[in-house]
Amino acid sequence: MNVTVEILYLVSSLLFVLGIRGLTHPESARRGVFLAELGMVFAVAGTVVHPDIKSYVWIIIAGVIGSAIGVAMAALIPMTKMPERIALSHAFGGLAAALVGVCHYYLHGAEHLSHFTMGALGFEVLFGGLTFTGSLMAFGKLQGILSSRNITYPGQNAMNIGLFASALAILIYITVNPGAAFFFYLMLLVAFGLGVLIVLPIGGADMPVVITLLNSYAGLAASATGFVLENNVLIIAGALDGASGFILSIVMSKAMNRSFTNVLFGAFGKVDESATKTQASGAPVREASVGDAAMILSGATSVIVVPGYGMAVAQAQHAVRELAEHLEKSGTSVKYAIHPVAGRMPGHMNVLLAEANIPYEQLHELDEINDEFADTDVCLVVGANDVVNPAAKDNPSSPIYGMPVMNADLARTCIVLKRSMNPGFAGIENELFTKENTVLVFGDAKDTLTKMAEALAS
Amino acid sequence: MSHELIIGLYIFMLAGFIGYGIITGIPPLLHTPLMAFTNAISGISLVGSLVMAGNDASVLTTILGFVAVLAATINVVGGFLITDRMLKMFKKKGGRR
Repeated sequence: MNVTVEILYLVSSLLFVLGIRGLTHPESARRGVFLAELGMVFAVAGTVVHPDIKSYVWIIIAGVIGSAIGVAMAALIPMTKMPERIALSHAFGGLAAALVGVCHYYLHGAEHLSHFTMGALGFEVLFGGLTFTGSLMAFGKLQGILSSRNITYPGQNAMNIGLFASALAILIYITVNPGAAFFFYLMLLVAFGLGVLIVLPIGGADMPVVITLLNSYAGLAASATGFVLENNVLIIAGALDGASGFILSIVMSKAMNRSFTNVLFGAFGKVDESATKTQASGAPVREASVGDAAMILSGATSVIVVPGYGMAVAQAQHAVRELAEHLEKSGTSVKYAIHPVAGRMPGHMNVLLAEANIPYEQLHELDEINDEFADTDVCLVVGANDVVNPAAKDNPSSPIYGMPVMNADLARTCIVLKRSMNPGFAGIENELFTKENTVLVFGDAKDTLTKMAEALAS
Repeated sequence: MSHELIIGLYIFMLAGFIGYGIITGIPPLLHTPLMAFTNAISGISLVGSLVMAGNDASVLTTILGFVAVLAATINVVGGFLITDRMLKMFKKKGGRR
């Protein structure tokens, strides 16, 4: 054991923990990132002097190319595409862990691996492989390469459970018999298949749970790598990542009033068809022109904006700010109500509104603001649907019954910006749209908001 | 089971609890940067990839190690930069841009 290296690893572990702690407040967050960056530099510095490293050529080439891609991605990806970028990075994390595991097994073979190390190695490869393909599937769905609808086929759940059970069985088998190389590589294949098949049936609205779970898996795979290499900084960093993903997926599931199993073995697919039918026979809606909506807004003294995934799709966050600026100029108070599952990943809406230069004090969480709707003149819904559906509160037969939702229906007037009357993502009818105090403005949200701002200015 | 591995389990357990304690205190406001950030940190598997890419043990492990270093570096470098890019945008009222 090289003492200098161990101390470098120790310091970098400390810096990672301090770095994450920085994120508990926006003021200290950037300092936190700096600390973690420093930690990473120490960890890498401690590793490049490792006696097993004989040649630096490939390391340098991979490092340079990887850094170039990383810098380019970080600089060029628009904020609206953040869920895609996060999904891709989970795929890379899973791939790296799985490959390190395969290399380790290939080099050290059966004879040098204890049962415990083999178990950790199997876990690393299983979760790394599953995270790799699963995250690529999530990326494909978010990017629209794959259908973001729920893709189902008969026997799907039985197949997935069967595959998962066989992967676990192989994991146990190779832990007991580290020499069974065939089964080790078979497990990698099963893990790849499992990642594809688990994510395939999951619809776009459930993406926040999928992304956070994959985040957790990527972390656990990294932690398992630490057990294999007997490297504590890896164990710690992986555990932090795993804990973070786990907590976020609990937050997401709670915000949808659903369990992990319910998301993973999708009940939504069945709901789809019947709910879409009731939509067609739904009550009439009141459609308003841009001018009417601007008139309503100009008479308001308090406005709450509820953004949803539609705002991200229309890239309407800057138009939202422009409209809000006009309202604030005439003394209207403007607040933003952010539902935990609005968008496709945790915090998605906050980042977009921050990008549009809206101060974070104006962004409020569900619990914080939900009692204020009743005393608010206008609730402006920008591309949100399920998170403002009152059926979640009062219709026990609704598939989203019990999910905590925004009290948008209690505002004196509710203006809903919508692209068309097509049912929302989950295909569930939204009673808010047919309420007496609701008006709908159809069209591209960005376009509508800009025109409303112009109407208010004149 | 070696002594090292038992210590490893203790470390994993304690780090998990510390992570749990800190992360539950992070406001939903910053959950997207948090995901990008923890992802960059778990790019620490770079440490394992470096040894595989540089140990000259076999052609196969060098290739796989190369790909692993590439993937991990993208996560580490890109992850930290994009986290910082997002955090820069969170401004208080009256904050300049």
